[in-house]
Amino acid sequence: MSITLPTAPLKASDFASDQDVRWCPGCGDYSVLAQTRKILAKLGQERSNTVFVSGIGCSSRFPYYMNTYGFHSIHGRAPTIATGLKLARHDLNIWIATGDGDALAIGGNHMLHLIRRNVNVKVLLFNNRIYGLTKGQYSPTTEKGTKTKSSPMGSLDAPMRPLSFALGVGATFAARAMATDVKHLEYVLERAAKHVGTAFVEIYQNCVIFNDGVFDYASEKDHKADTTVYVEHGKPMIFGKNRDKGLRLNRLSPEVVSATDHAADLLVHDEQEPTAAQAFLLSNLSQPSFPEPFGVFRAVEQDTIDTLTHNQIATAKSAAPSADLQDLLNGPETWVTE
Amino acid sequence: MHSDLANGSVPTDSPPADKRSRKQQITVPSVTIRFVGDSGDGMQLVGTQFSDVSALIGNDISTLPDYPSEIRAPAGTVAGVSGFQVQFASTDVFTPGDEVDTLVAMNPAALKANLSSVRTGGHLIVNEDAFVPAELKKAGYTDNPLENDSLANYRLVKVPVDRISAEALKTSGLTPKQIDRCKNFFALGVVCWLYDRPLEPTLQYIEAKFAKKTPAVAAANKVVLQVGYDYSETAELFPVQYRIDKAKLPKGRYRKVTGNEAVALGLVTAAKLAGKELFYGSYPITPATDILHNLAGMKAHGVVTFQAEDEICAIGSTIGAAYGGALAATGTSGPGMALKTEAIGLAVMTELPLVIVNVQRGGPSTGLPTKTEQSDLFQAVLGRNGECPCPVIAATSPSDCFNAAVEASAIAIRYMTPVILLTDGYIANSAEPWLIPNVSDMPKIKVEHPTDATTYHPYSRNEDGARPWAIPGTPGLEHRIGGLEKEDITGNLSGDPANHHRMVTLRAEKVANVRPAGASYLMTGPEQGDILLLGWGGTHGAIKAATLALRAQGVSASACQVRYVNPLPQQLGELLKRFKRVLVPELNLGQLATLIRARYLIDVVSFSKVRGQPFAVSEIVRAANECLEGKHPVIAAEPIGKSEPATCEG
Repeated sequence: MSITLPTAPLKASDFASDQDVRWCPGCGDYSVLAQTRKILAKLGQERSNTVFVSGIGCSSRFPYYMNTYGFHSIHGRAPTIATGLKLARHDLNIWIATGDGDALAIGGNHMLHLIRRNVNVKVLLFNNRIYGLTKGQYSPTTEKGTKTKSSPMGSLDAPMRPLSFALGVGATFAARAMATDVKHLEYVLERAAKHVGTAFVEIYQNCVIFNDGVFDYASEKDHKADTTVYVEHGKPMIFGKNRDKGLRLNRLSPEVVSATDHAADLLVHDEQEPTAAQAFLLSNLSQPSFPEPFGVFRAVEQDTIDTLTHNQIATAKSAAPSADLQDLLNGPETWVTE
Repeated sequence: MHSDLANGSVPTDSPPADKRSRKQQITVPSVTIRFVGDSGDGMQLVGTQFSDVSALIGNDISTLPDYPSEIRAPAGTVAGVSGFQVQFASTDVFTPGDEVDTLVAMNPAALKANLSSVRTGGHLIVNEDAFVPAELKKAGYTDNPLENDSLANYRLVKVPVDRISAEALKTSGLTPKQIDRCKNFFALGVVCWLYDRPLEPTLQYIEAKFAKKTPAVAAANKVVLQVGYDYSETAELFPVQYRIDKAKLPKGRYRKVTGNEAVALGLVTAAKLAGKELFYGSYPITPATDILHNLAGMKAHGVVTFQAEDEICAIGSTIGAAYGGALAATGTSGPGMALKTEAIGLAVMTELPLVIVNVQRGGPSTGLPTKTEQSDLFQAVLGRNGECPCPVIAATSPSDCFNAAVEASAIAIRYMTPVILLTDGYIANSAEPWLIPNVSDMPKIKVEHPTDATTYHPYSRNEDGARPWAIPGTPGLEHRIGGLEKEDITGNLSGDPANHHRMVTLRAEKVANVRPAGASYLMTGPEQGDILLLGWGGTHGAIKAATLALRAQGVSASACQVRYVNPLPQQLGELLKRFKRVLVPELNLGQLATLIRARYLIDVVSFSKVRGQPFAVSEIVRAANECLEGKHPVIAAEPIGKSEPATCEG
């Protein structure tokens, strides 16, 4: 266990713990780990004030590889521990590392309430659309019909869209990144780190063992320009190798049109659109009908439960500045026996 | 018990306390009264108020609210009957009373559901206006019991509560429905006269509770309270008035407290003694929710309460807060405890301090949500995966919940471990006078957070076997904890077989060597004799009263009430051997008895009651006598379905 105390500004490597990283060679998690260390150093965050909380799964090993405070908890419960920690210690920067099973299956209920309360923590959802640690069963994000060890004739459950879920329960920050697109991932993580409130980041991450190539359609150089759209605040939604395709709305339905013929009609991305309808629309676009969106879908400011909780306590304290424990024990009515 | 009908009646020569009263007064040592009506009739309110007044004028009291789990079951039915019992006395009171001396019944269903609890010769104060054919039918009466001789063994006092209340309030401007809701105070006025209680505290209470929002309702309640009192006297409802002198309680300042209130106060006090702020994460569940309600009102004392989305988040948040350095606690009841089980294991593995309060109720599953039971002892001591011990403390009375909560917190911090505090639905909702401690006299709870990076190891241990409580925000002490097995001292992940055996043993030894932070058991009588009544937790009052009764009969009986269930008191094995027989009365099928047999190889005799109700003193006395005769005592048979039917919400 490292106990060095560097005084110079921290580098990405200062956020690395002394533990060997034990993900499979080629796993997408390595990239997330590297970019996370990088942005923490870049933002000047303190190791001692940073806590990584995780549940169970391959991604949940994340805290062991960060030389910060870390809590590798139990399956699905990272949001509960992070919430209690943040309510007790709102001075800490808290991150949750989780996966599609941990966050959306066993821990779905907690994730819902973490987001709804807008707890000021950052969520890294490693989505590989499969259960890795238990060796390859279908997850809540696995495409229907996928043959796995627990679904030899094809899975029957319809997959869920993590960002639609997050936006549906009021996410104030919702974004998607691709583990292999390191520059964009770094950008998204930095935005998440700076967000005040729950920052929910879905990261497409390839499992080389149990679901290899599942995101090739959106990551391979030769076609990714046509299968993805990178959204930026205030800019029209344009994609394609030649930047000649765009998205527009036909009544309430999105459609792909020529970006040159319909330049004036194209959807312009607005992270702060108050109803979250546009972000929700983006979260539902998928291949092959539509390009799959990446970027910050939504970023709005709202009160966080941790701030509101401490405001209530401050209000109660200032309303009763002489609040005395002995008076509290005495209660409203006492009598004395001689 | 009214002594004019029993031996030792004491007509008093002293002048009446209140000059309005010209009746003869009889002094009695103790009385048990039960208020019963529909769950919307305000019986809990008047029962509580009567208890408050009795405590204020110096009686010892013990109360027992008893209500169905539906908020409003169908009006007028036996299922919807809500009751509140209180024993008040000039002597020490240990229970809310076995038999009822005076039953106040607001409708036929209430009378029907409670008549069997009233002693022969006891008072039945009945709202005769409610005994109309429709109400009688709902209660299942074919014949009006007020008009046949079925109540001949009681002192029946028929009072036209509806008519008098309506008459008294006809110019009040209230609607008939509002008037109807005042009649509980009429009933309270009647019994305040019967037992010579002053009206002043209740008038003040009504003023404080209603005057601001609904002045007309406040005025009406005051009127009917006084009318009930006056009617009792002028209509000569009772031939005598009863007087219950002040109890001789130890000197000091008292208040009335329920178990749930005392747990809340204990936790906030422990936080103060530890120099910490309290974090309480909880999910509403009967009968534990009042702890959350109480603490939510203590924000001025820095208490953070968090209503979680479920029981798992409730404990998860608590573990997070403990990791962050707060004094953290969660509270629940049996089914919620089941949901918390995995997380308790995590807290054992990460060795973080937290307090988990289980207000036990009737189980299994949803069981009897509003009724009491002691059937979660195995769950607390044994109910987790892996070798997963934690200290278990059982509070013995409403006021003892305060001490137990402080002790649980102190042990959690000293030994870096989750501590389970067992209370039960009975002591949680019962009230008794509490000699309020002086906070400045209470010992501080020592807390250490390491800061020295050169000597810090996450899983090193002190002489108590506790690991250091390093908290985030401390530079140089960054470390990782979690549910996976740790290497001794370094805390790094380890799957090493020998290390696992060592860590399992270290955790077990740590808990086995926990030294109590208060009395590990409470003794009644000498530490040897013919029979020991061995109990734990909330049955203390009934077992103690039974033991005193046995000793008064000349039986060589003592009682030992265990407060520290895990680890068991050090001296317990030796103590048990000094008695010829050991009887273990429990509100379960013999859980402590099983642990005792396993641990000490002593064949104790189990005495079980699992009816959702506390023990009656007489039941334990009978069981002890049977045990002395070499029989195996069994709770007396009661016909099923005699009382209220099972309820379905929780």
